[in-house]
Amino acid sequence: MTETASSHRARASRLRGLSTRAGVHMVLAGYTLIAIFPVFLVILNSFKNRRGIFTDPLGLPGEGTFSLEGYATVLTQGDFATYFSNSLIVTVTALFLILWLGAMAAHALAEYRFRFNTLLGIYLILGIMVPIRLGTVAILELMVDLNLVNTLLALILVYTAQGLPVAVFILTEFMRTLSRDIKDCARVDGLSEYRIFFEVVVPLIRPVLATVAVFSMIPIWNDLWFPLILASGDATKTVTLGVQQFIGQYTVNWSAVLASLSIAILPVLGLYALFSRQLIAGITSGAVKG
Amino acid sequence: MSDPVTDTAKDVRTRRKRRRSGGLHIVVFLAPAVLIYSVFSIYPLVESLRLSLFDGLEDGTAVWAGLENYATLLFDPNWATQFWRAFWNNLVLFFIHMVVQNPLGLLLAALLSLAPRFGSAYRTLIFVPTLLSVVIVGFIWELILSPLWGVSETLLGTIGLAWLYQPWLGLESSALTTVSLISVWQYVGIPMMLIYAALLSIPDELIDAARVDGLNGWSIFWKVKLPLILPTLGIVAILTYIGNFTVSFDLIYSIQGALGAPNFATDVMGTLLFRTFFGQQLQVGDIHMGATIASMMFFIILVGVSIYLALVQRRLQRYEM
Amino acid sequence: MTRIMKTTTATLALCVAGTAALAQDATLSIESWRSEDQAIWDDVLIPAFEAQHPEIDVEFTPTSPTEYNAALNARLDGGTAGDLITCRPFDGSLALYQRGQLADISGLDGLDNFPDFAKAAWQTDDGSATFCVPMASVIHGFIYNAEAFAELGLEEPETVEEFFGVLDAIKEDGTYTPLAIGSADQWEAATMAYTNIGPTYWNGEEGRQALLDGSAEFTDPQFVKPFEVMQRWNDYMGRAYQAQGYTDSQNLFTLGRAAIYPAGSWEIGGFNDQAVFEMGAFPPPVEAAGDTCYISDHTDIGIGMNAGTDNPEAARTFLEWVASPEFASLYTNELPGFFSLSNAQFEVEDPLAQEMISWRQDCESTIRVAHQILSRGEPNTWNTMWSVSANVFNEASTPQEAAQTLQEGLESWYEPQQD
Repeated sequence: MTETASSHRARASRLRGLSTRAGVHMVLAGYTLIAIFPVFLVILNSFKNRRGIFTDPLGLPGEGTFSLEGYATVLTQGDFATYFSNSLIVTVTALFLILWLGAMAAHALAEYRFRFNTLLGIYLILGIMVPIRLGTVAILELMVDLNLVNTLLALILVYTAQGLPVAVFILTEFMRTLSRDIKDCARVDGLSEYRIFFEVVVPLIRPVLATVAVFSMIPIWNDLWFPLILASGDATKTVTLGVQQFIGQYTVNWSAVLASLSIAILPVLGLYALFSRQLIAGITSGAVKG
Repeated sequence: MSDPVTDTAKDVRTRRKRRRSGGLHIVVFLAPAVLIYSVFSIYPLVESLRLSLFDGLEDGTAVWAGLENYATLLFDPNWATQFWRAFWNNLVLFFIHMVVQNPLGLLLAALLSLAPRFGSAYRTLIFVPTLLSVVIVGFIWELILSPLWGVSETLLGTIGLAWLYQPWLGLESSALTTVSLISVWQYVGIPMMLIYAALLSIPDELIDAARVDGLNGWSIFWKVKLPLILPTLGIVAILTYIGNFTVSFDLIYSIQGALGAPNFATDVMGTLLFRTFFGQQLQVGDIHMGATIASMMFFIILVGVSIYLALVQRRLQRYEM
Repeated sequence: MTRIMKTTTATLALCVAGTAALAQDATLSIESWRSEDQAIWDDVLIPAFEAQHPEIDVEFTPTSPTEYNAALNARLDGGTAGDLITCRPFDGSLALYQRGQLADISGLDGLDNFPDFAKAAWQTDDGSATFCVPMASVIHGFIYNAEAFAELGLEEPETVEEFFGVLDAIKEDGTYTPLAIGSADQWEAATMAYTNIGPTYWNGEEGRQALLDGSAEFTDPQFVKPFEVMQRWNDYMGRAYQAQGYTDSQNLFTLGRAAIYPAGSWEIGGFNDQAVFEMGAFPPPVEAAGDTCYISDHTDIGIGMNAGTDNPEAARTFLEWVASPEFASLYTNELPGFFSLSNAQFEVEDPLAQEMISWRQDCESTIRVAHQILSRGEPNTWNTMWSVSANVFNEASTPQEAAQTLQEGLESWYEPQQD
């Protein structure tokens, strides 16, 4: 665009671009600081002893304040490796089910005309309007009948049911904006409706799938209530529950509390950092171009 | 689905074709989701909400009460005060999210969509708080805002504003705003990501065309991009509205307790519901009144969603690509 | 030597096999809100029990206090609750009994070891059925930093004016925050302030019974006065105390930055671990020297049996052990500050616990005023007491308004209070 413009105008716009870019970075960097400072503070203080935490919370751990006692307590007391693998299994499986089943349902709602389409659409989002926690007793009784208490499967089923409404809602909205020509071409080419979904639609909605995945992951990973009710046994305990119980047990031992919080934070950050590459790749490569 | 005005002959043809192809595959696509969702979400919720039409006896059995519990909730002064106060607090919470969280999310997403250097680093880091459990978020912010640690005072002090420090979470006047802002801090990543994804999906040709028409970056944003992402902003708004009733509970419960301290200044529908349904200290849980509150909450959310579906979304369809 | 060992092992094995055949191996799990006590149960109490009853396995599986009631109720309704249930006092557990979720244990061996007032917390109103074994009471008072007191030349105050004299002196000196209490979490204001200093004014049980039978009201001077005294505390609490939570106060005191901690005796264990200075304790001060002193000696924790347990025999065996003198002594000494309610004679080793339990001799005991019967309706008196007590600290209510709110709430559903 600037190729044909005079050098004078080019310089002016470069300058303007420079100051704009500086402004963009200031805002983004400023907010990034606000976002991560509290997390940084927790991790920083988890490497200090109690006196260090209180006398100089903003200071770096140094002589007299550096201590790994918190981590020592956490690692000897809790079975955090098991808790992690539990959280991971539950989150990943539930996430997979939410995306897969949610996308299929959303596709059906967005693509086909059939009786009760609108009604079914409303039915499928009713679930986000009442906190599912209310159904606890009925869910628990169901799990007792199905013999699923203290299993990870109980959590996976509840989280899938809980996550579907939002997933269906967002995915349907996005799918309605997809261009129809592409699907119709596929139909003309004789592709079955299933292949159209898996080979045409899914690649198109990849960015949204990645986004929905991230949102659905958060409440599952962080939930305290259902692990407490459905799977509080030591073998099925999740990280969030483990941390919360740990905090309860060591209320005043803040080195230990902060260490357990850090231990809970760090792997999530690692996972997200890994996942985020996929997410971004998904968003940019699959971006809908008309 | 599409605006009748823009309907073309082709659309009509397609629709006819679709109707013809309706059949088994629709069932296959829908059945698994509907099944899991019905069994593990709708059935338990209906079981619970049903309780609002009954009254509990001491021995744990229930008798039919009709709409009596609803009358109690809305007209008995003890309950009505709590109910309307909680409802009002929820509205305030929603308002703060709408004027702080969503514009902030839009701003961050717009800046990120300019593809600055380190863009992905910013995006990743800004999203970090969203990943944290409320147990952690509550703990962190109580520490930071606590007078004992002095973190906020020291930080304010470095810019010469130490005198501004107040025990915000403990004052009736500021507690709700403070909790809302903590919630904004935690969740701003969600609107940011949704809007960012929407901005990226705008076809380049449209932007180029606008540029050829002589629009500058600023007016491209307002006149081209913003209208195109309106459906997303609609989704963000309705998710904020719903989350405000359901998700907000966890954070408030973890920071301010089941009574919405101080003096019920942060008592929202969620906390009222939780302590009524499950009990609190000496208060024995009352599943029937609890279910009544939950049904009211459901009703309020339903009204909001219906308004959205009926008005906002229909109007937004015009901008469909 | 080796032979004897072998014989013993063999006999032991036989015994175990014998009892196992009789009683079946059973695993019991205990529901509790006392997460802090996990180590003590795992390392001391349960091994002591299992040594006598090797056929019974016991697991202590606590839930944090904020979720305890909700989680327990859900598990009881769903049929997955533990065999043994830690009982909150009075109405909270009474409701569970009435719903048939807590078993009647009236005839249990060892219940005779407890005085009537202790059992009353876990009985039906007419005393006909008992549903939990009393475990412990907690005593309220003030724990202080003895080194700070010595440094400033202060003595334990006996009267309210002496108490404020001490607070003034500490404030004057400026090294320490005089009182380590905040209002952010609300419950401390009700528990460690109002029902701690209140009994002195309403004469303990006398005032509590008067509220129960309707002859006194919360707006009477003896119930307003404690709020007035609390209002005077404001000047001595930490700066920005409105945002100071429970753990903040604990830390403030144990790090040596505050001089006096309005306490419940349950703090003793944690404080012994965390504080690096000598501590002392004094009971709530009286109005005039020589007045009878009153303490809140609150029946706080009991343990009962899930009516739906698969192992009722084993659960009863465990409860009998909890009612025994052996448990009384173990529990009181392992968890200093949780005082067994048993009549059994035992030695209290911890000096701070010794001091606090000694008040039982010198002062009149009562329980928290809102707990029995008065918190049965809506609005819940104990919940209201949390928020109005915090309001008095925050200067959001005057003492009169606080009392008024309590009275209005109670009157709205409690018949003896409706004239």
